[in-house]
Amino acid sequence: MNDTAIKVENLSKYYRLGAKEATNDSMMASLLDTIRSPLKNYRKYRSLFDFSDIDSNPDNILQALNDVSFEVKSGEKVGIIGRNGAGKSTLLKVLSKITPPSRGTVTIRGRVSSLLEVGTGFHPELTGRENIYLNGTILGMSKKEVDQKYDEIVDFSGTEKFLETPVKRYSSGMRVRLAFAVAAHLEPEILIVDEVLAVGDAEFQNKCLNKMESVAKGGRTILFVSHNMGAITQLCERAIWLDNGAKRLEGDADEVVSSYLSAGTAGHSVWEPDGDQGSVNSDIILHKAQLIDPRDNTSSVLADYDKPLRLDIKYEIKDASRNIQILYRVTDMKGNVIYTSIDTDNPGAHGQLREKGVYISSSILSQHLRPGRYNLSIGTRNGPRRLDMYEDALTFDISTKGCDLVPANRMGVTMPALNWDVKFLSSEV
Amino acid sequence: MAKEDSVVIDVIQPPQGWQALNFSELVRYKDLFFSLVWRDIKVLYAQSIMGFSWALIVPLIQIIVFTIIFGKLAKLDTGDIPYFLFSTLAILPWTYMQSVLDKSSNSLVSQQSILGKVYIPRLIFPIVPVLSKLIDFSISLLLLIPILIYYQVAPTWNLLFIPVFVVMMMAVPAAIGIFLSSLAIRYRDVKFALQFFLKLLIYSAPILYSADKIPDAYRLLYSINPIVGVIEGFRACILGTDIPWQYIFPGMITCAIALWLGAMYFKRMERVFVDVI
Repeated sequence: MNDTAIKVENLSKYYRLGAKEATNDSMMASLLDTIRSPLKNYRKYRSLFDFSDIDSNPDNILQALNDVSFEVKSGEKVGIIGRNGAGKSTLLKVLSKITPPSRGTVTIRGRVSSLLEVGTGFHPELTGRENIYLNGTILGMSKKEVDQKYDEIVDFSGTEKFLETPVKRYSSGMRVRLAFAVAAHLEPEILIVDEVLAVGDAEFQNKCLNKMESVAKGGRTILFVSHNMGAITQLCERAIWLDNGAKRLEGDADEVVSSYLSAGTAGHSVWEPDGDQGSVNSDIILHKAQLIDPRDNTSSVLADYDKPLRLDIKYEIKDASRNIQILYRVTDMKGNVIYTSIDTDNPGAHGQLREKGVYISSSILSQHLRPGRYNLSIGTRNGPRRLDMYEDALTFDISTKGCDLVPANRMGVTMPALNWDVKFLSSEV
Repeated sequence: MAKEDSVVIDVIQPPQGWQALNFSELVRYKDLFFSLVWRDIKVLYAQSIMGFSWALIVPLIQIIVFTIIFGKLAKLDTGDIPYFLFSTLAILPWTYMQSVLDKSSNSLVSQQSILGKVYIPRLIFPIVPVLSKLIDFSISLLLLIPILIYYQVAPTWNLLFIPVFVVMMMAVPAAIGIFLSSLAIRYRDVKFALQFFLKLLIYSAPILYSADKIPDAYRLLYSINPIVGVIEGFRACILGTDIPWQYIFPGMITCAIALWLGAMYFKRMERVFVDVI
């Protein structure tokens, strides 16, 4: 089982960028242009897939993938990370044969199923049952395989009652559940998954992630693209970081994810005011805010579930006051405010005089946040007056590491590990 | 994990020049092919009151109109065959070919959402209508029963040749559809041009008039058009007249060449489908 499942050698993929069209300022020129345009359009459409001018005219061509090479062993789970536009989706499209490479070779050993979207080919006029078969065969299953999995699929989707109803009458949630149910029962040797988990609500995403995990345990080779760093570290052993179409780093998933995050391409662990953004009011001037992990690593934005980061806020007070407050607010990616904390929250701290000078207010962030990504906003107050609020100044991630809660998918904005007391009362029922 | 007997090995490389057709791959996807055919059939008359009767009504009205205009008013000469019967036997295969051509040529553009999201042999798309439209065709053949009884046309051994012309009738729009569907990916002009040419194409074959009207000198040129062969052959099989092979063989050759060229062009264009669509 130690053979190579996917071998990518010097893979490149180019796209033609739209060239700006000349505009006319006279009616005569426009008229002439209309006559000439069929030829012009013909040349334009022809050039879309001719890249012989890559060396002479590189401005016109986007290199979506640039000389990427890597290998995936059979049974390995590999995560692919990178910013939007880094070439992740293009790579998956090439690997799943949707679009051919411009240069390079890919060798794949085994049957591939790619899941770049859930519900590909769903037809609104067909019933749920018919769509299961249609979608299943589109994803590469044979009719026999769908037959065998049919009951499981229906069960997983929870749409038994509506199987004979056209899908156009389904709610969007039902449609997604049905679509994912089909996809979840694919059994290829190699599974290629794009950010499909980004659909649906949190509960659904967790259900998908759990299903993915159980698929992963089945010994299949998985290539997984996600922006959810928690999911990547949870699911994958190895990760590949793509940056501007090229491979930037490859290795152990935890290491690649943490260097990706600390490279500032993802979270922001340090905040300093821009020149013009600097404090508008003269009472308090914020100098710097940064997140520090328990090992005093100042550039970390990825925290374990049970070992939260520390926030240091450095500021200058211009006029002594009893009412100064420094605060921060944590919001999740949907914009829900998780909590707000103020540096006068300690008993007796409120109303104490702060002299003119430079200060640092430090606090450890709340434990037991749900694994995921959060924004942190920093603000200042002086008595009833709110002075500054820097929205989403910092960004950090909470990983699933250190979280022993079972099951890990449950409702709630936070996910505290609380203490329970279970007492035995009597053996009589 | 279900281990297959042999490991599938795929090498993905930048395609160069002309590609050979991969028939084994098409066979592997036969289940998908039939689900797509089934989808087309199911969806076609979904939420319609008349349902499949449309497959009878549309050609019937066409035949009646043509009989009135070309048979009664223009009095086109169709030999011993009554005009109504004459046009029925041509309109039925023609309606099929026309609808396949239309559906097949737009098949890739109309299903681009699938093209960009999952790999399946794209050649399936233009071929699906060839099969799904056969249902409509079979239903429309029901029209023949009362008409043949009314005109007292008895079946002859010629009927044995019907499969030949049915295959040809399927191959002609398949060939053109495969070619045009891949062309339409790059040039949407195909959609507009096709609507127009389909209207003209009806005059290129002996659908409204008899092939006897073509001067001898142009017979060979005329019969290069495979639609001529399909219509003439179909008519001769049902009516039991001599099958005019001289009209049919040239068309068969053109049809085979067109099918091959169409598939070649399709394969060549397939590599850019997703990037250009």
